[in-house]
Amino acid sequence: MTYKVIGKRVKRVEDPRLLTGGALFVGDVNLPNMLHAAFVRSDYAHARIISIDTSKAKEIPGVVGVYTAEDMGDAWEPGPPLVSPPPTLENVVFNSRRQVPLVKDKVKHAGEIIAVVVAESRYIAEDAVEEVYVDYEPLPAVVDLEKCLEPGSTLVHEDLDSNLAAHLIQNKGDYEAARQEADLVIKRRFNLDRGAAAAMENRGLVVDWDPKNQHLMVWDATQSPIPIRNGMAARLGLRTHQVRVVAPFVGGGFGPKIMMFYAEEMVLPWLTMKLERPVKWIEDRHENFYATTQEREQIQDVEMALSKDGRILGIKQKIIHDTGAFNPYGLTTPLNTQSHSMGSYDVKNYNSEVTVVFTNKTIVTPVRGAGRPQGIYVVERLLDIACKELALDPREVRRLNFIPPDAFPYDHKIIDQAFTSLVFDSGNYQPAYDLALEKLGYDNFIKEEQPRLRAEGKHVGIGIVPFIETTGVGPYEGARVAIEPSGKVSAATGVGTQGQSHMTSFAQIIAEELGVEVEDVSMVTGDTAEIHWGTGTFASRGAVVAGNAVLAAASDVRLKVIKLASKILETPEDELELDGGLVRVADIPEKSISLGELAVLANPFRGAVEPGTEPGLESTKYFGPEYGATAFGVHGMILEVDSETMMIKIRKYVTVEDCGTMLNPLVVEGQIHGGVSMGIGNCYYEKLHFDENAQLLNASLADYLIPSSMEMPHIEVYHQNTPAPNNKLGTKGVGEAGTIPVPAAFAQALENALPEYELEILETPLSPNRLFELIHKREELT
Amino acid sequence: MKPAPFKYYVPRSVPEVLSLLNEHGYDAKILAGGQSLVPMMNFRLVQPAVLVDINNIPEMAEIQPHEKGVRLGAMVRHSQAEKDPLIKEKAPLVHETMPKIATVQIRNRGTIGGSLAHADPSAELVVVSTALDARFKIQNLNGERVVPASEFFVGLMVTAMGPEDLLVEVEFPPLPPRSGWSLKEVARRPHDFALVGVAAVVVLDKKDRCKEARLVYLSAGDGPISAPEAAGLLVGEQFTPALATAAAEKASADEIDPGSDIHATADFRRHLANVLTQRALEEAFQRAKGGK
Amino acid sequence: MENTFNLSVTVNGKSYQQTIDPRTLLSDFLRNDLGLTGTHVGCEHGVCGACTVLLDGKSVRSCLLFAPQVHNQEVLTVEGLGTIDDLHPLQEAFREAHALQCGFCTPGILTTLVPYLEENPNPTEEEIREAISGNLCRCTGYQHIIDAVKLATEKTNT
Repeated sequence: MTYKVIGKRVKRVEDPRLLTGGALFVGDVNLPNMLHAAFVRSDYAHARIISIDTSKAKEIPGVVGVYTAEDMGDAWEPGPPLVSPPPTLENVVFNSRRQVPLVKDKVKHAGEIIAVVVAESRYIAEDAVEEVYVDYEPLPAVVDLEKCLEPGSTLVHEDLDSNLAAHLIQNKGDYEAARQEADLVIKRRFNLDRGAAAAMENRGLVVDWDPKNQHLMVWDATQSPIPIRNGMAARLGLRTHQVRVVAPFVGGGFGPKIMMFYAEEMVLPWLTMKLERPVKWIEDRHENFYATTQEREQIQDVEMALSKDGRILGIKQKIIHDTGAFNPYGLTTPLNTQSHSMGSYDVKNYNSEVTVVFTNKTIVTPVRGAGRPQGIYVVERLLDIACKELALDPREVRRLNFIPPDAFPYDHKIIDQAFTSLVFDSGNYQPAYDLALEKLGYDNFIKEEQPRLRAEGKHVGIGIVPFIETTGVGPYEGARVAIEPSGKVSAATGVGTQGQSHMTSFAQIIAEELGVEVEDVSMVTGDTAEIHWGTGTFASRGAVVAGNAVLAAASDVRLKVIKLASKILETPEDELELDGGLVRVADIPEKSISLGELAVLANPFRGAVEPGTEPGLESTKYFGPEYGATAFGVHGMILEVDSETMMIKIRKYVTVEDCGTMLNPLVVEGQIHGGVSMGIGNCYYEKLHFDENAQLLNASLADYLIPSSMEMPHIEVYHQNTPAPNNKLGTKGVGEAGTIPVPAAFAQALENALPEYELEILETPLSPNRLFELIHKREELT
Repeated sequence: MKPAPFKYYVPRSVPEVLSLLNEHGYDAKILAGGQSLVPMMNFRLVQPAVLVDINNIPEMAEIQPHEKGVRLGAMVRHSQAEKDPLIKEKAPLVHETMPKIATVQIRNRGTIGGSLAHADPSAELVVVSTALDARFKIQNLNGERVVPASEFFVGLMVTAMGPEDLLVEVEFPPLPPRSGWSLKEVARRPHDFALVGVAAVVVLDKKDRCKEARLVYLSAGDGPISAPEAAGLLVGEQFTPALATAAAEKASADEIDPGSDIHATADFRRHLANVLTQRALEEAFQRAKGGK
Repeated sequence: MENTFNLSVTVNGKSYQQTIDPRTLLSDFLRNDLGLTGTHVGCEHGVCGACTVLLDGKSVRSCLLFAPQVHNQEVLTVEGLGTIDDLHPLQEAFREAHALQCGFCTPGILTTLVPYLEENPNPTEEEIREAISGNLCRCTGYQHIIDAVKLATEKTNT
């Protein structure tokens, strides 16, 4: 399909405000009479609270109140489960334990909230936090993913018999039979460690209860305003129309801003209703490291059975997944790991056991990638090892195993994060892989460049990894599109925006459909006053689910426009076209009417209303896919490592992305760049270090290392388009894609750069120190 | 992350500073560039009752020639030093060090005196001033004294200064002819605190034999860590890779005392010190011989 | 209030007199007392660079300055660069190259680059990377920011 606006590198309509400091972020909301909250957070990861003394804090001038769980009375209740356990699997164990607003008896991770101070300024509130005295009985901390399951282990939740949070097995085919036939079985243990999303904007919340209007106004840096509105209303005993949640401009989400409900989101609305004054809380960076959810910690024992020509006969996997102190997000992340552990390959036999454990660490929920990088990591690492053992060309082995283009839709017959069957809707993997090899200069590098550079004493290596990404899952999103009497278009969708350019790319869809300029479309995202139903921004689903809802609503408005114009212009509908804000007769350009005039006519006067008339050129439509759209990509890099200092430099980085129809290539490329930067962080820089007391040792941006411009390579992005068959736009998600394959490609390149050490990298993130240890161990062996 | 309350003073002259320090003693903290102090205050790790802001005393920010070397007022900012032609000429190692310190925004504000008085063992200037035998001019109400670097840094973030003392100036003596220098460091990201670093200074005779050498390490102990024995191995010798290796091994194995933290173990730091010493010596000798 | 400071400061060409608690961070003063919320706060320990403003023309972390320290001096924030209808050429280039996504770090990057480009009108890619290395961005991988700087310098140099 040829589009005029969709697929074009359109400049963003949201930029002028963001560039001039004129965009509203939650921290910018300042209301008259507003109070500021600061939290007393636990210093211990695991401790019983003996007593809390707030008396001195309450005496500080400017302090309005200090509250503990006891003060909340009946309003105290744990947060709701976000995602329930899968209903479609038998023998699933799922022990739901959810976070609480204020800790009553026992602290379960460092940073959990014990009391809240409300004061006239954040400065005074922090002064008072220091004057709240908590008497703790420290308990041993549950840290280790395996030891926590041993009998007699300290329990995070003492009402359970163990620290088991969940257990499930997924099976496809007959792995044991496949293993019998295998020429090679490789079994390895993988350690995948924990990182932070570290959006540049921390979380934040401003709440304002208006007792006269009986209305609660909420600004929340959330990815999911509508469920927040619904949940807040339910918790507070209000009707949904009494609560309006606005997610204004949000400074990056990357997953954790969809967690519902954070303790602060439970405490603040209660405070504003109690005090009848607006209350503001903006998370600081230190709080962010303890209180905002994290991800990726898993231990995996994985076995791959192969034939001697490199065909994967089966995979058997045991995953231990750390969910931290609570598991509000159900099994989404480990299910994603399973969905990606067969990669882009035709694997007939798969057996995977997931054991989810509670520990005294910060809660785990999806972070950009959401379990997928761990899956791609293990399958790609095992293939690399197999290629070495079988002396096969890694490129040939990938070719041999790719799901062929005629096998789609490809049903894996296990369940995915949406609890529906894991079906890959479409794909064409080999050409994208070949393109990446070519652009990376794989052949030339291996044959000429690498030998030449090695002769100069340089350690350079190449890594190239294909991956899939399940995107665009349900349940649904909606969109409302309306033409106003001015001829301009107002539109809304329930997904929030944290930088994904929705205000532009969704406007492009509407501009395409209604023949208006992108600038004439005002797209509201993240305001519950504008649309009633919706879910949120997560799982790389905006362009697929909300995008197609926008298309459906715009198409419906287009039908209304044509129908009305046909009547006014006395022309058959099929002779009309929409362009330049006008409806005109195709062959007689001067015979036209503007959309604005039509909008006025669509709002009939008294006496002009026929039975069944619906006013307005407006429509609200929903889109809910049966199953998601599966994107594909290949990332390749050439890196150089100083084998003495362990410093690395990525010299070339190539990606090929197939996310189906692109709404705006500029935006797609930006998403990939950002994803890769987080992925590079996950390779060599970003690791949260917890000690044996589950204390975080690097809770600052000075010690938690986000890649800066100096660590990032120039990234070449190439596209392939295999449209998604199950949505009209043909879009597949791309928001998380960039992060997913990077650690796998990095490990391959690093091994390739240091052949003399025969490294086998089975963990991520690495660090210079860790690489030194690995090399050192190899040196000792030889 | 808001600082605790404090009383704020803005003295306009050195004597005014000195009497405030005298009056408030340990309750007072000097606010120079604030690029290390303010983060600690925002985390509430430091809560001074009194803050004495010395940013409004122009004479403390001057760069002057001094006995063929150069002297820097304590309030000279890193970015000012980075661009100063006199420093480039008289103390080229100081000039070269500047861009390696933190980021541009920090250098625009951070001061030479603040960094030295803070005495962080991972700070480049602490090590470079030791390697260059800088002299520190300290004043209090009772008068003035000049302390060499070797006596200025006495322990982990501890200097020879008391609460009533103000560092007013640092003098960098000139390097003799046929001197060479190098600062090598490894940081996880270029502007992070280095995992380890070394400043090397060598002076050669006419036959390219080392007359004098100094090796000082950062992030390798409780202060700037000198390696006199390793440096001693160099004296009387011409440069060879084997010589550099011997010195590097001596220093990294016996003379430095690095700790372990989340970024690097002591082992890795010793290894890096070894590698960097060899690289630094090669560069320093090269420069002393007049090569580039 | 006993412990106060009478601050006079020029921000974006406009002079202000306010009585403040001396511990007020410059970032909070700009955002809360003057309502100039374009200066963003990302870490309050001097690492992320989101709060960068110009103090007498030089880029500084506003979270590492107490407001009294800018007494009688000139501060420029992102609000002083350009307006929605009349973007600064660098802002225009950022839009053109899609150099911002969530836009939270953007004001600090712009204020860092403006004085840099005045001194270095023709930087190489490596120099641009060095110039913005004190500003963390989690969305863009910096690539489109670098493209934007190149675009802006090409436009000024032709």
